[in-house]
Amino acid sequence: MIAAPQETALQGGIALRMEGISKRFGPVQALRDVRLTVRTGTVHALVGENGAGKSTLMKILAGVYQPDTGAIEIHGRRRTFENPAQAIEAGVSMIYQELDLAEHLTAAENIFLGAEPRGPVPCTVSHRAMIARADELARRFNFDLDAAAKVEDLPTGDCQIVEILKALRRNASIIVMDEPTSSLSEREAKRLFEVVRRLRSQGLSIIYISHRLEEIIDLADEVSVLRDGQLVHSEPMTNLNISRIVHYMVGRELTDFFPQRNVSIGEVLVQVDGLSSDAGVRDISFEVRRGEIVGMAGLVGAGRTEVARAIFGVDKRTAGSVVLDGRELDIHSPGEAISNGIALLTEDRKRTGLCVELPCSWNITLPNLKQIGFTPFIKPARETRIAADVASRIAVKWSSPQAPASSLSGGNQQKLLIARWLLANSKFMIFDEPTRGIDVGAKTEVYTLLNKLAEQQKAILFISSELPELFGIADRILVMRRGKLVGNLVTKQTSPEEVMHLAAVEEKA
Amino acid sequence: MNKFVRQLLPFATLILLIAILAALKPNTFLTAENFFNVLSRSSVNGIIAMGMTAVIISGGIDLSVGSMMALCGMVAGLIMTKNSSIVPTAGLMWLGTLAGVGAGLLCGLLNGGLITKLNLPPFIVTLGTMSAFRGISYVMNKGMMFDVPTYTFLGQGIVPLWKTAENMVAAPDGTLKRQVLDILPPWSSPDLASLGQNVQIMPHGVPVNVLIFVLIVAAAFFMLRYTPLGRYTYAIGSNRQAAYHAGVHVDFNLLAIYALTGLLVGVAAMIATSRTVSAQPTAGISLELDIIAAVVIGGASLSGGRGTVIGTIIGTLLISFLRNGLTLLGISTNIQLVVIGAIIIGAVALDQMARAKAVESR
Repeated sequence: MIAAPQETALQGGIALRMEGISKRFGPVQALRDVRLTVRTGTVHALVGENGAGKSTLMKILAGVYQPDTGAIEIHGRRRTFENPAQAIEAGVSMIYQELDLAEHLTAAENIFLGAEPRGPVPCTVSHRAMIARADELARRFNFDLDAAAKVEDLPTGDCQIVEILKALRRNASIIVMDEPTSSLSEREAKRLFEVVRRLRSQGLSIIYISHRLEEIIDLADEVSVLRDGQLVHSEPMTNLNISRIVHYMVGRELTDFFPQRNVSIGEVLVQVDGLSSDAGVRDISFEVRRGEIVGMAGLVGAGRTEVARAIFGVDKRTAGSVVLDGRELDIHSPGEAISNGIALLTEDRKRTGLCVELPCSWNITLPNLKQIGFTPFIKPARETRIAADVASRIAVKWSSPQAPASSLSGGNQQKLLIARWLLANSKFMIFDEPTRGIDVGAKTEVYTLLNKLAEQQKAILFISSELPELFGIADRILVMRRGKLVGNLVTKQTSPEEVMHLAAVEEKA
Repeated sequence: MNKFVRQLLPFATLILLIAILAALKPNTFLTAENFFNVLSRSSVNGIIAMGMTAVIISGGIDLSVGSMMALCGMVAGLIMTKNSSIVPTAGLMWLGTLAGVGAGLLCGLLNGGLITKLNLPPFIVTLGTMSAFRGISYVMNKGMMFDVPTYTFLGQGIVPLWKTAENMVAAPDGTLKRQVLDILPPWSSPDLASLGQNVQIMPHGVPVNVLIFVLIVAAAFFMLRYTPLGRYTYAIGSNRQAAYHAGVHVDFNLLAIYALTGLLVGVAAMIATSRTVSAQPTAGISLELDIIAAVVIGGASLSGGRGTVIGTIIGTLLISFLRNGLTLLGISTNIQLVVIGAIIIGAVALDQMARAKAVESR
């Protein structure tokens, strides 16, 4: 735990100094002579496009990788980490994007993993003492957490609190957070920001990695920008704004972050009427026209994904109908949805999207074997050609179509899945959080692509947790709250405040 | 490149093993007879291993194949001995063969049905059916075997490439020696009387079971590589949820994989029955472990998504040649078990190391 007098003593001092860090993986120079200085009691944002070297730098700090050259100083002491345990020992804790928790254990058990309070009988663990100490720790930092609950039963936001408490229990003085808000709702994110500020006021240093620049503007005291494995800029936040940060990240001004479009919206293609499902969405009615991008907003857990799943045949439809192109559909599985011309880009590309160890080309053709005439037999040469062709349309970067999907960066993995649905050439395409966890450049490409699809007279349902992108790209915005559709707004006639209000505020009946 | 080297490793080991055995025992090991003998012995395991490869790629496992093989053999034996004479008629042998193979298909459908409809883990389902099938095999003839003395075609039959007319003559040292009088085309059936006394016509060529083995390997290779069912098998094993969301009918495909495996077990059971000219309720005890070992040595991953027919063949042959070679070298079967155990662990350890390296160099 951080002792009170020490905090003030260290205020304004240097918590971390990384000097001349270089790291090479085979032929790839991941980092070149990177310098990073983090002051005590500050939030230091680390930004850069995917593949800029943020993760590698942080893994070196966490002792996962060893640098080829360079030195690390923590609170003025020179350190070399041969493994993560030594970094933790020195007060560095990492909170990864995919949280590192044992799901079947309780929050307290996770917090005290490896340092369980002993019970009265030798070789036993005192669960009571563990929960009491976890509660005490949570209280000290003013966190609200049920320490006896199993992690699998906790919302994502609380899981992050568990990770933070785990770090605090290990006496961390430097906490690295990698994309902490990527799976949080707006409300949970707000709570996390408060937590981060509280930690800062307690004298901890936070290295904060995020693609969401609005957050960084709000939160960070200082910003370092990495590009192509090099530090290109480091400056206190007060002198910076979003467009300058973006400029440093991409090396150019992004004037058309949201591309302009001129699409003629046609007749109604999709008519959803009174749709309910066994996963808790109730009485959903909306329509999507040809060439229209309909956004869907709502907090995490509001049932947006469940609407998509009910239409796509994943969840069981209990009432209502879906009419596509004048024909009422009776869909019971994704296979039937696909053959009826519906596509769903799922929100979780690792869990429900990719087969990561299989070749990129296989991932593209998987839902399309029948459509491209590969029944009863697959023609491998033709398959490679088809996959490469569709991938080149959206500039997927891979070493070869046969390379496993796991060898691609996050943004390219997402593009791979988009390529799959481009090949399917569906009439109605549902994109569930298509820009989650991908860099600014790739996001713009996704927006451009959505526009292009709309131009081809497809109907698009675009689910997103980021209001700016909904406002930047959607023609209409549907708002979900607690499994119900509570708003159907024309983008030009509404405001983010109105959408947020509908999504977050419960009306009193 | 790395992937290529990884797949080459078991193959290189196999070649090395054959080279060593050839050098040590050129007269007994390096003969066509011995090779066909090893292949023929491999055919039962190899045929079942084709099904197991698909099952393991799909992320499952089938522990019931050994018991299922006994059950299929017993079903066939029951039918072949129906007329209760000592020698089954040709018609009954045909009927029994079909029934044995059909029993395999039904067993496979049962496994697949339980796994998909009750949504149970394959390990649990096939652990259960492993026990049940074995029990039924014992019950069928009160624990006794069925003798089918003339059911030799699958086990000992040869598809002749040529025939020889042979005669036994006494050598100067007093031993009897085989003397080849004439080499005949495979279709000839000369009148024995015209050739003289003690002359026999011997067919030479490919054993029937080796031929069946080769055909099934080719079919399995084709199925996994060039059909949607094969592709879906990989996808389901790699990420079942992702496959489902990509429109793959997961349950149907899994059912098909287990059913096909059952069918292959049925075929293998008929070969095994024919090799021993008897259907034994104790056939195939712990066979599943040998087969899983061969598949794993061949580079398949027990967590699914990875494995090849070629790899499994190499794994199967590696174990067979090792057994054969160690026997020729006079090493006891007990020690053979230890060697094979070490090979299983070694192969997987090497594979893991190669994979870890591949990930690191990324």
